Amino acid sequence: MQISTRRRWWTIAAVASLIIAAFLGVMIGPAGRVSSANWDIVWNVRMPRVALAGIVGAMLSLAGASYQGVFRNPLVDPYLLGVAAGAGLGATIIFAVGREATKGWPIDPLPVVSFVGGLVAVMITYLVGAAFGASKSSVTLVLAGVAVVSLFTAIQTFVLQRNNDVIREVYSWILGRVSNATWGDVRLVLPYVIVCSAVLLLHRRHLDLFRVGDDEAASLGSDVARVRIVVVIAATMGTAAVVSVSGLIGFVGVIVPHAVRLMAGASYRRVLPLSLIVGATFLILVDIPGRVLQKPAETPIGVVTAFFGAPFFILLLRSRKTMA
Amino acid sequence: MSSLQLDAVSVTYDGRVALAPFTCHVGSGEWLCLIGPNGAGKSSILRSIAGLVAHDGVIAVDGAPLAIRSARRRATLVAYVPQSPVLPDDMTAFEYVLLGRSPYVSYFGHESRHDRAMVDNVLQRLDLVTFADRHLGTLSGGERQRLVIARALAQEAPVLLLDEPTSALDIGHQQQALELVDRLRREHGLTVVSAMHDLTLAGLYADRLALLHEGHLVATGDAAHVLRPETLSEFYGASVTVHQQDDGTVVVIPRRTPQ
Repeated sequence: MQISTRRRWWTIAAVASLIIAAFLGVMIGPAGRVSSANWDIVWNVRMPRVALAGIVGAMLSLAGASYQGVFRNPLVDPYLLGVAAGAGLGATIIFAVGREATKGWPIDPLPVVSFVGGLVAVMITYLVGAAFGASKSSVTLVLAGVAVVSLFTAIQTFVLQRNNDVIREVYSWILGRVSNATWGDVRLVLPYVIVCSAVLLLHRRHLDLFRVGDDEAASLGSDVARVRIVVVIAATMGTAAVVSVSGLIGFVGVIVPHAVRLMAGASYRRVLPLSLIVGATFLILVDIPGRVLQKPAETPIGVVTAFFGAPFFILLLRSRKTMA
Repeated sequence: MSSLQLDAVSVTYDGRVALAPFTCHVGSGEWLCLIGPNGAGKSSILRSIAGLVAHDGVIAVDGAPLAIRSARRRATLVAYVPQSPVLPDDMTAFEYVLLGRSPYVSYFGHESRHDRAMVDNVLQRLDLVTFADRHLGTLSGGERQRLVIARALAQEAPVLLLDEPTSALDIGHQQQALELVDRLRREHGLTVVSAMHDLTLAGLYADRLALLHEGHLVATGDAAHVLRPETLSEFYGASVTVHQQDDGTVVVIPRRTPQ
């Protein structure tokens, strides 16, 4: 009874902080407080920006927690597995082809090509990791991810050099940005995020089962291979969709689920929904200093998250080492 | 109450025969213990029954082949306790035992009130109630082993498979764990198949022993029949004295030949 009450409080606290974060996100900016004079800015600049930051943060955190569950590895996130780099390569190719050329297409190819790139990357990471003993050490999978990230980044650089004219556009995209978000961006990613999040949340009980390992999960009646594929595809598709509009924002997917675990326990039944809410809150808040730090210029959100995320990740590595 | 039949069950890993065709009938409520040196095929038998390795031959519970069952249905018939179970440090004891209810939950569903009550009940019967909210990382070896058995019990499967259930325990906890299995077997009519290294304990608790060597069944029967010095010397390469006590208990004692 006590435990379930405590869980409820965490959920209420998480939702409340999301509302406060969204409120602050709409209030704060170079153009000053909300008034009838700057309503246009609020509606067309700040609100889509807050909405997009929330959606991106929610999706990256939820995807991170899900990858951690299926790979039984608390160190992985969409960025470290190479999903973001793969999606980035896909997006770069679309930029190289030219956004003007794809404008008239019935379905925007940006999220789709990003998804394919992300899926290829995560598959390579997983297969390489599995071949070299990722089941024995969680660091192996991360190292495999590092190799895949380097490879995809190299190919991306090559594509960019051949297409000098889009370097600026792609570069600002790589750094991660929600600054020039439009309601169009929100509309583009929202369907993917809703579907993928729903699929992931529906599998949260299975991820708890994965915590005892493939063999025992199978002996408890789980179709391990199928669940793993479904979760990886949903997490990758959601990540690719948000990465295709927001650029590469690292560490969110590892920081947020970890913080959630510290607060509310390690069961994925709580970690997944809370990561969604806390992830949204986190990215909305992190986006605020970026607007005012170098005012009127923008500090890309990817820079801000990496600034906080990298030291946190090192601490996490250190605590893993002491545990082992 | 369910019986278990294995008919010409064999396992091959990468062309290497781990288990030659093995046929055996384990009666309802019987405890069969598989013994034999490392690599004899004990784990292959248990893993085949649990559906974790590809195998030839037919394994049936109450005459119905397991191969035609879904993984979930199979898990309601056979509960498997591996040699070194994974116990996540940050999982609570209640959450862990609740995993045993998974075979009864639909794909997108969640455990019902009945499933949770069932877990409470199992924790109560195994004297684990005080641990319910504790994290597994904070428990002792004996407590962890009891929890693993509790999870298997929550599975409500009539066939219980134990792979080296006592290898990580001291002698007191070994006895406690095996007494617990025996008590549950009597209370619930469980059919038990275990693999064990300690021959004296194996003979003490099991109804029947099956000695395996390099994938072949070489001897089967009660302790007095299987645990003979010449047999153990031949297949284990062990030098032992076997002593039979007045109550029929067979004790295997390692021996050193004077240099």
